[in-house]
Amino acid sequence: MGVGIEVKNLNAWYGQTHSLVDINLNMPANHATALIGPSGCGKSTFVRCLNRMHETNPIARATGSVRMGDIDVYKDASPVEIRRRIGMVFQRPNPFPTMSIYDNVASGLKLNGFRNRRIMDEVVERSLRGSALWDEVKDDLRKKSGASLSGGQQQRLCIARALAVEPEVLLMDEPASALDPVSTSKIEDLIFNLKSQYTIVIVTHNMQQAARVAENTGFFLNGRMVEFDSTHKIFTNPSDKRTEDYITGRFG
Amino acid sequence: MTRIKFHQSLDELKEKLLVMAGMAEQAIQRAIEAYRVRDASICNLVVRSEPSINRLEREIDQMALDLLAMEQPMAIDLRFILAVIHINADLERVGDQAVNIAVRVREMEAFPSVDLPVDIPRLAELAAAMVRKALQSFIEGDAEMAASVLTMDDQVDKMNEAAFYALSTLIREKPELTPQALNALIVARNLERVGDHATNIAEDVIFWVHGKDVRHHVRSDV
Repeated sequence: MGVGIEVKNLNAWYGQTHSLVDINLNMPANHATALIGPSGCGKSTFVRCLNRMHETNPIARATGSVRMGDIDVYKDASPVEIRRRIGMVFQRPNPFPTMSIYDNVASGLKLNGFRNRRIMDEVVERSLRGSALWDEVKDDLRKKSGASLSGGQQQRLCIARALAVEPEVLLMDEPASALDPVSTSKIEDLIFNLKSQYTIVIVTHNMQQAARVAENTGFFLNGRMVEFDSTHKIFTNPSDKRTEDYITGRFG
Repeated sequence: MTRIKFHQSLDELKEKLLVMAGMAEQAIQRAIEAYRVRDASICNLVVRSEPSINRLEREIDQMALDLLAMEQPMAIDLRFILAVIHINADLERVGDQAVNIAVRVREMEAFPSVDLPVDIPRLAELAAAMVRKALQSFIEGDAEMAASVLTMDDQVDKMNEAAFYALSTLIREKPELTPQALNALIVARNLERVGDHATNIAEDVIFWVHGKDVRHHVRSDV
């Protein structure tokens, strides 16, 4: 099951650049939360702070608190453990090109030293079913490489790979921006279905997509979170003029 | 991503709706004038204006539909387009009411003019004032002005109700005046409907400006 995420006074820097300023936010468990805002507004930095990927950059640092369920992300667990519990899917699908479909999905388990073949088979099948890819690849699991799949299939393969290590949260950074409308629709259906088991945070430039998939939406601008509310409120009657100007295309 | 073309299209949509508003308002004013002076030639003008209003209604709906389909508007822009679609329908019906009144006035020509115990001109003035004010609130995007239209509707309703009782009493007491009384009754009802459409327009302005749905209004919401 997913867990809620509570962010308090989160600040982040790249060198001297103050990229995130005093972010406070509660993302409920088993909901999809969309983050929108113009390029460079800090939304991707924000999600990278949630699973401590931000700190992989040597000039980056962050302060404040991120709680995921009962765990303080920055105090109670190692970055490796956090990244197991918080899966991430990126803009461009990045399957391991030389690995088979099966090995792509199983890679996280293998990295964690998991060796039981029968259970591994079960996890691979469950993950591929979870990402709605099973029916399309079940006959080619070991025959085809991840790179041989279409872009949309590759993205669902990456989602299966993330699901295989049984995370509680899925971060998606523009997961459909490189996909055609049919593949995009499959990813959106997937997000809808995955919500029952995971908490989802999705960064998107596509506001219609945010409106379709997320219960809550946050609008970022210049490193600050201007407004966070139900998606319905944000897209029909936002409280802040800057949010309204952005979503109606009056600036950005 | 400043959407210049989209915002120009919204301006064009507003301008077109204002043309429609001008035509509907003119139709109702002419119908009222026709009633006041019992002039069939004015009635003809009203009836002849209806096809133009109907054509404009279709054009505005098409423009709004195109914008919804092509631009996926959000927030205040989305509310504006929805409000325009509703207001457009109400204006067309204001035009219909004007035609209904004009038809009644023509009918009344066949009967001798009599004094009736109703103040139709005053009711007409109030209904027309509601339409004017509702449209002004749309032009200015002024939700407070729109809210004031809603309170005027109560007065129109009361006047229509009073007309109903006065005229039904007259019919009972002087059955020979039934045709004139019935015509006046229908005109009063038409004017009350005009007030209702003005109320709808005002509610749509409030929705557009504040995102608040005050239809079937609980006055405290307004």
